[in-house]
Amino acid sequence: MSASLLPSQFADLEPFATTWCLATEPERWARRLETSLDDMQAFYDACFPRAEDAIRHCDGFDLHDMPGDVERLLQLLCSFALVSYPIEVWRQTLPVDTGSARLDRVREP
Amino acid sequence: MTSFPRPAEGTWTEHYPDLGTGPVSFEDSISPEFYERERDAIFRQAWLNVGRIDDLPRNGTWFTKDIVAARTSVLVTRDLEGEVRAFHNVCRHRGNKLVWATTPTQEACGVARQFACKYHGWRYGLDGGCTYVHQEDEFFGIDKSELGLAPVHCEVWAGFIFVNLAATPRQRLREYLGPMVGALEEYPFDAMTERYSFRAENNSNWKVFIDAFQEYYHVPPLHTHQLGPSFRNPEATFEAAHYQLDGPHRVVSTSGSHKHLFPEEHLYPSEMLLRSGNMGPWDAPVIDRPLAGVNPGEVKRWGIDNFQIFPNLEILIYERNWYLSYRFWPTSHNTHVFEADLWFTPATNARERLAREYAAVTVKEYALQDAGTLDGTQLGLESRAFTSHPLNDQEILVRHFHKTVADWVGAHERSAAEVGR
Repeated sequence: MSASLLPSQFADLEPFATTWCLATEPERWARRLETSLDDMQAFYDACFPRAEDAIRHCDGFDLHDMPGDVERLLQLLCSFALVSYPIEVWRQTLPVDTGSARLDRVREP
Repeated sequence: MTSFPRPAEGTWTEHYPDLGTGPVSFEDSISPEFYERERDAIFRQAWLNVGRIDDLPRNGTWFTKDIVAARTSVLVTRDLEGEVRAFHNVCRHRGNKLVWATTPTQEACGVARQFACKYHGWRYGLDGGCTYVHQEDEFFGIDKSELGLAPVHCEVWAGFIFVNLAATPRQRLREYLGPMVGALEEYPFDAMTERYSFRAENNSNWKVFIDAFQEYYHVPPLHTHQLGPSFRNPEATFEAAHYQLDGPHRVVSTSGSHKHLFPEEHLYPSEMLLRSGNMGPWDAPVIDRPLAGVNPGEVKRWGIDNFQIFPNLEILIYERNWYLSYRFWPTSHNTHVFEADLWFTPATNARERLAREYAAVTVKEYALQDAGTLDGTQLGLESRAFTSHPLNDQEILVRHFHKTVADWVGAHERSAAEVGR
């Protein structure tokens, strides 16, 4: 059995970890663009009911000194926040009427 | 029918009679010739915000800012005494671009004790003084003390670093900003140090994109998705609570129900889960200092101040104690670089980090809609199918902006003609 990426209490989210535990928004955005709406829906459906517990779990640690598995759980939550837009709002990968526009995140905490 | 009190004249626009109420030409946004005039009259005359003091966190730090419209790159340093200085980023010797990292066409930042030109090795201190000339005795009667970098006027206001490329700026920065913007001087910008930055290269004139951010008339039709599906109404109206002009600068303030007080059925599930969204994190940080300068119209249920600081800086201050700054840098008559920074108090735990992350995600989602329409606006205007356009009272800032641009270009050219006479 391969080593788990997430805290053991969140083993149910483990199938999404390799895809969505990404450290930066540019990586998460690129993943969103290459993922089907069905696959994002599956991730969203699995993550949403667990998100509050996951946030509480992360809050048990120093934001700036998290163990690797907790840090990855927070990364997964950041991916969830990004995926919520195609699922809840747009029903498509990009915002409606994006046209050819791009907006690159060049700095983040 | 209006929801908010308007000036005695009955409309905001007529309160400022110089603006007129007639249709407006956007020839200034499609003409290559007019862009050339703006470069000299505006970008080499006005105070330009190139960064924040956060970009120079300690002595010895520096960054470069390419100002294509002004035909230069500026090197901004915090010298070893802590003074913020700016110079043309050009070597005194043969005019090579002095400081760059991977390529001269990209901006750079770092920390240094001195700068060395890659071409012939001349060196300069953080104060701009020339400290080393390679094979100095081969030159003819040169004096290093006279071979420093070309200084650029630089002043810091409320932590915002401005430069002015005029030989002699007509006003000091604080005077230029005027009383309305200047009132923000003590706003706690310095408490908001957690930053998310975005950059885009857009296919429109710089003013066309600024126009998209200085009226809210477009919000219900273009951003219908800001409410859940059963509450979307592209025919909804939007009325801002307050407009104010001060010299070349402008503000619009909004009022209304705050997102965190909306009924649940209007909200998306993730907004409720993460307690954040297009108005920022719902749980505002406590800041035990006055929010100086905000809400100049003293509107009830104040939501946002949208300060448009001439020529190309926008500061959006939110009631939930965070702010956005936008800068628009023309690169040709129909292209520009757009920079957006979101500034929050530092997150103290994962929940706060995630609320900020979701706000940053949200800003990008809706800004992509704004940017997406730009190509269409620029293409439409360039068709010259129409040469003048009706603007309503909610678009007063658009009207004022284009008039200000025309006034600056006209005034600059008149004064240049006088000098040449």
